[in-house]
Amino acid sequence: MTNIQRNPQSTVALATMQMPGLNGSRWAKLRSMRAVLPFAVIIVLYIVLAAAPALFVGAPSLTSDLSARLLPPGTAHGGAVHLLGTDQLGRDVFNRLIYGTRVSLVIAFSAVVCSGIFGTALGVAAGVLRGATAAIIMRLTDIILSVPFFLLAILTVVALGPSLLNVVLCLTFVRWPRYTRVAYAQTLEAEGKEFVRSAQAIGARGMWIVWRYILPEVLPSVLVVGTLELGTMVIYEASLSFIGLGVQPPTPSWGAMLSDGREYIASAWWLTAFPGLALFLLVLSVNMLGDFVRDRLDPTERGRLQ
Amino acid sequence: MTFFRNGTFRYVVGRLGQALLQLLGVVTIVFIILRLTGDPAQLLVPQNATADDIVRIRHQLGLDQPIWTQYLQYLGGIARGDFGFSYVQNRPALDLIGERLPYTVELAIAALLISVLVGIPIGMISAVNRKRFIGRASMVFVLIGQSMPAFWLGLLLILVFGVWLQVLPTSGAGSILAMILPAVTLASLSFATVARITRSSFLEQLNAEYVRTARSHGAGTGRVLFGHVLRNAAIPIVTLIGLEIASLLGGAVITETIFAWPGIGQLTVQSIDARDFPVVQAIVLFVAVVYIAANFVTDMLYSVIDPRVRLIAVEG
Repeated sequence: MTNIQRNPQSTVALATMQMPGLNGSRWAKLRSMRAVLPFAVIIVLYIVLAAAPALFVGAPSLTSDLSARLLPPGTAHGGAVHLLGTDQLGRDVFNRLIYGTRVSLVIAFSAVVCSGIFGTALGVAAGVLRGATAAIIMRLTDIILSVPFFLLAILTVVALGPSLLNVVLCLTFVRWPRYTRVAYAQTLEAEGKEFVRSAQAIGARGMWIVWRYILPEVLPSVLVVGTLELGTMVIYEASLSFIGLGVQPPTPSWGAMLSDGREYIASAWWLTAFPGLALFLLVLSVNMLGDFVRDRLDPTERGRLQ
Repeated sequence: MTFFRNGTFRYVVGRLGQALLQLLGVVTIVFIILRLTGDPAQLLVPQNATADDIVRIRHQLGLDQPIWTQYLQYLGGIARGDFGFSYVQNRPALDLIGERLPYTVELAIAALLISVLVGIPIGMISAVNRKRFIGRASMVFVLIGQSMPAFWLGLLLILVFGVWLQVLPTSGAGSILAMILPAVTLASLSFATVARITRSSFLEQLNAEYVRTARSHGAGTGRVLFGHVLRNAAIPIVTLIGLEIASLLGGAVITETIFAWPGIGQLTVQSIDARDFPVVQAIVLFVAVVYIAANFVTDMLYSVIDPRVRLIAVEG
């Protein structure tokens, strides 16, 4: 994609966000907030479910009960109603779905935070130090971005062995360059600004300038990338566990549940429909929120891809 | 010769050097990932291999030699087209890829056709009718497409068309009919991207001076859109499509698994299940090579379509 010359005012949009009249009328802003509100509520709901699943469904359903296998949604069995049915081992689908939220959110959040911090640090370092350091860091981002992400992720997990920690490590490893590129461009732009040069002129120390003046200029864009990445990370985690490279059973995860569902698709549609719906709703909400955050923080790139 | 004088030659050579550097980098990273994880011989042999097998393979792979020698041998092997050996199947990994590749390419082309034929009109509609209901509705459609995990879409399609309606085959390759569901699933990955880039590219062009001029000369909406705007808006779209071809090749892993499509995506998952890691490694390298090559060719095409690119690249 071509390099977009950004509106110099866009990076101060964060500080002036609450001021009416900056990005159009106050009415339009209220309306766009109202449109995104349901999705924000859904995300909060997911976070609550992930934080305290036991409040909603009791203890995790890990043990198999073959007398209760493949019961359709709404069936009562052994004194309990299986709202979303049971799977091939007789475990409650609703229960596993709720516990799966935890795995999905923890991995996606951790991956975004780790790759965000690591990538931003490298990008700012490249922008400040310039020269050979910048050349090496930026070439490295080129290289990693030139392998299709999913295959690189597969290779890394295969090499490290599948586990929650390794999935986070591997997603961090394949995604940090996205933040580095943005942070690098923003750092270069910030360094050209009057106040950074003034600070340099009065003899402020390098680390102080980075912390006090450059980082606040870089963070809004990094935040935008991070919110947009969150949905992608959720899908990646599910895709990895779909092919057996995610967290290992019996820990429930949506991708693995879908993979089981595939085997029983002709006889038990609920094994496929519900985990996928949970995944889709989460990704849709995160993407809607991501678009909203981007429009708020970065009006010049409204409707753009990256 | 203008070819040398206007900087094109320098641009091509510079870009080629960059592509080769990327290739070297990818090979190095794959080498490091495999070495980081302990004994590659353990990783490369089948699970039922004996201790003697491991010693033999370790010697065969040169793992008893210093790391730098190993690295150079690895590079040399790849330069000669040696992408590794499958001890599970007892054949070169590249042969296995070669057998499966036509299926994946076939599927990727079908998916690309679908995403272009659906994505570009939808992007155009949403750009032209930005403030109207139809424009918003088409963007909602795009957003849903973007948030739909491909493997869930694939499973839903199987459920509806294979299990309930029983009108389309849901596994294997062989007929046009069998290709429909996997191609639609794979297309869902790229159609949203194509639609979004079309939309933003059109929005940019619709404000341009020449659009107003054409309109003031009495050109109708159809003529303005197809006669003028589409040609100017096409450049970023063409670039994107070039990149999508390569990422479809990589993105086929899940789709092919769901539909039992015998391409390299299915080969990847089968190799993981069989612990046939040399094949997994070879696939990653192979797709990376294709990806870098596609990037390079797209950039070359791009600079042919739009001469500004090579000028900026040489001077800037």
